[in-house]
Amino acid sequence: MCLAVPAEVTELLADDMARVSLDGVTKTISVALLDEVAVGDYVILHVGHALARIDAEEARRTLALLAEVGR
Amino acid sequence: MKYVDEYRDGALARAVASAIRAEADPARTYRFMEFCGGHTHAIARYGLEDLLPANVRMIHGPGCPVCVLPVSRVDAAIRLASQPGVTLATYGDLMRVPGSKGMSLQKAKAVGADIRMVYSTLDALRIAEQEPGREVVFFAIGFETTTPPTAVALRMAETKRLGNFSVFCNHVMTPAAMRAILTTPDGVPLDGFVGPAHVSTVIGTAPYAFCAAEFGRPVVIAGFEPLDVMQAVLMLVRQVNAGRCAVENQYARAVTPEGNRKAQALVAELFELRDAFEWRGLGVLPNSALKLRPSFARFDAEARFGVETLTAADNPACDCGAILRGMKRPPDCRLFGRTCTPENPIGACMVSSEGACAAHWTYGRFREPVRAVPIEGVLP
Amino acid sequence: MLTPRYGRLDLKAGRVEMTHGAGGRAMAQLIGEIFRPALANEFLSQGNDQAIVPLPAGGRLAMTTDGYVVSPLFFPGGDIGSLAVHGTINDLAMAGATPLYLTANFVIEEGFALADLARIATSMGAAAREAGVPVVAGDTKVVERGKADGLYISTAGVGVVPSGLDLSGDRARPGDAILLSGAIGDHGVAIMSSRENLTFETAVLSDSAALHGLVAAMVAAAGPHLKLMRDPTRGGLAATLNEIARQSSVGLQIEEAAIPVRPQVAAACELLGLDPLNVANEGKLVAVVEPQAAEPLLAAMRAHPLGRDAVRIGTVTRDDQHFVQMTTAFGGKRIVDWLAGEQLPRIC
Repeated sequence: MCLAVPAEVTELLADDMARVSLDGVTKTISVALLDEVAVGDYVILHVGHALARIDAEEARRTLALLAEVGR
Repeated sequence: MKYVDEYRDGALARAVASAIRAEADPARTYRFMEFCGGHTHAIARYGLEDLLPANVRMIHGPGCPVCVLPVSRVDAAIRLASQPGVTLATYGDLMRVPGSKGMSLQKAKAVGADIRMVYSTLDALRIAEQEPGREVVFFAIGFETTTPPTAVALRMAETKRLGNFSVFCNHVMTPAAMRAILTTPDGVPLDGFVGPAHVSTVIGTAPYAFCAAEFGRPVVIAGFEPLDVMQAVLMLVRQVNAGRCAVENQYARAVTPEGNRKAQALVAELFELRDAFEWRGLGVLPNSALKLRPSFARFDAEARFGVETLTAADNPACDCGAILRGMKRPPDCRLFGRTCTPENPIGACMVSSEGACAAHWTYGRFREPVRAVPIEGVLP
Repeated sequence: MLTPRYGRLDLKAGRVEMTHGAGGRAMAQLIGEIFRPALANEFLSQGNDQAIVPLPAGGRLAMTTDGYVVSPLFFPGGDIGSLAVHGTINDLAMAGATPLYLTANFVIEEGFALADLARIATSMGAAAREAGVPVVAGDTKVVERGKADGLYISTAGVGVVPSGLDLSGDRARPGDAILLSGAIGDHGVAIMSSRENLTFETAVLSDSAALHGLVAAMVAAAGPHLKLMRDPTRGGLAATLNEIARQSSVGLQIEEAAIPVRPQVAAACELLGLDPLNVANEGKLVAVVEPQAAEPLLAAMRAHPLGRDAVRIGTVTRDDQHFVQMTTAFGGKRIVDWLAGEQLPRIC
């Protein structure tokens, strides 16, 4: 299994690299594995590489489903 | 943390827990295997067992790459690291994994091997660039999640024409291990899988279709936060109750049906299937691991240094194999908590904090009756 | 009479050489130009092989010794010099002692920059003056290049415990309250962020601080109701709580939601796969107190700048297995265990 955390892209750098932030902790990572990535995107960060972009709409939907269960 | 804290909401968890209790049929037992160590860790770390009804049982699967790395490959890495001129770059997780004769990378380092911990494949690459006089070998482990980052590093080494960088490849594949569990003749009857989170961001949802189609077991891919796990359990209970078996995706915020195509293409370009690979606890599994393609042989540490993988046996008293297949629980093993603890791991499941035994020992052992004193005579 | 003239130490570009530890004039110059001015106090300046210090009347003597091998030597919020002063003072303060005197021994690697040595000595002197606890005796040794990681500091500390005060790790009893003086994990995260191989950046500063002032306020507020204090350094809060459980043969029950962790510390721990409960602190303390004195003690802690964020995190319980158990913020239960092995960043 694989420890990975959601991080916000704050700056795109040369050579498929980017700066990301997790609650103020910043790090330079590779975004070579993503087709397109923009500042403001949240990505799944694993061993210094972005593996996937987080879909904000799907995240909202999952939470809505959870909230519905809670009612 | 956005996309983390929302999924750790305790009040919501209790609501989902009551939904599970309300919908689970009291007349039957539900046995779900969480394949990934990430899920095992979340279940133990957040005490999810206390929130689930007694007839919904979580069985810890083998999805911890550190745990399933066989003794023979650890030994080979130690031999590699002990060669003059070689620097072995490794993820921190591997430092304490026991090889044979009580050896580990940490102990090899203590007697002089040049072993350095890295957080990323790119850190290993940087060491190779900064120290052209050293042969830098990256000890690559992990499932489909961790393979693409290794591929990126290899691609960069090629572009930079780095002659002193190579990879000792131990990347393994999730569906092969799930198939092995489902085909174990004396395996426990499973009612479904909580499917991998980050592995699935790369491979998508399709590769699990065989669990439903061939074996009639539902799969719900789930994120690693505790609410993700709870929601996935509820989705599994609903599938079982309705007599359905499908691959569903709870972790849709990060996993798409097709996965990360760019990562898949890069991996396919650099790696090919091994015919067979040994898994600690599970034995030799066909088509379950990757190696570098012959066109990348110059970056393949196995080819470059003539790494020989000698078979080494696991401790015979260790029940890891049965635990990894869900046939036994950690406390069923007679070594658990006696000779085998996180300080002195003997079997695979005690090696990483994600292993079934380590998670149970570290977070959950208060649920067990008091253990007797350690038994003598069972040495690592 | 001829007086030979020696140039002063080159504190910009100079390096420590083997002669600086050889007992000759070079060593005298190193001590005279770096250590003596930085640490200046009436006892050290006597220049003897030992310090002769006044002994306060009454009470019992508390002694401690400690070694500092931190890497890197300079980190956000402190350095090895101030850390050595704070750490030694805190070891004394946890017994309720008033710290009186420190000594320090420097093992320096050949080639170490004199500028860095001066910076560390100055920081140490400043920390000692701020705490009001002088470094009364010292020693320097120089070892060959490659035989030390830049610089190691060993210290000793002496203090006095007032009579009537008896704080000890074996005094926790079921029902006692467990208090924590503030947010955990700052020091460990600050250190890790400044290690080059982990490559992440935060604004988190080490919490390194001398706690004897806070302790004095606590002793004044709770007196004999105060059972024990511990500073959760290496191994973090988890190790300290387990030490208490084992020494007192009790269980501890704590609430995860009550334990303060800064968002950046939590984020760094997520990134590295670490548990904040295992991460080191250098300016925090855990106190066990009789339940009826818990609230007044908390109020006294919060009135002190180093205890502003003090909270009650749990209760001492009866438990034959001496477990530290935690109700998670999520609502489940789990054990809080000692850290197994060294704390290493994880990928899985």
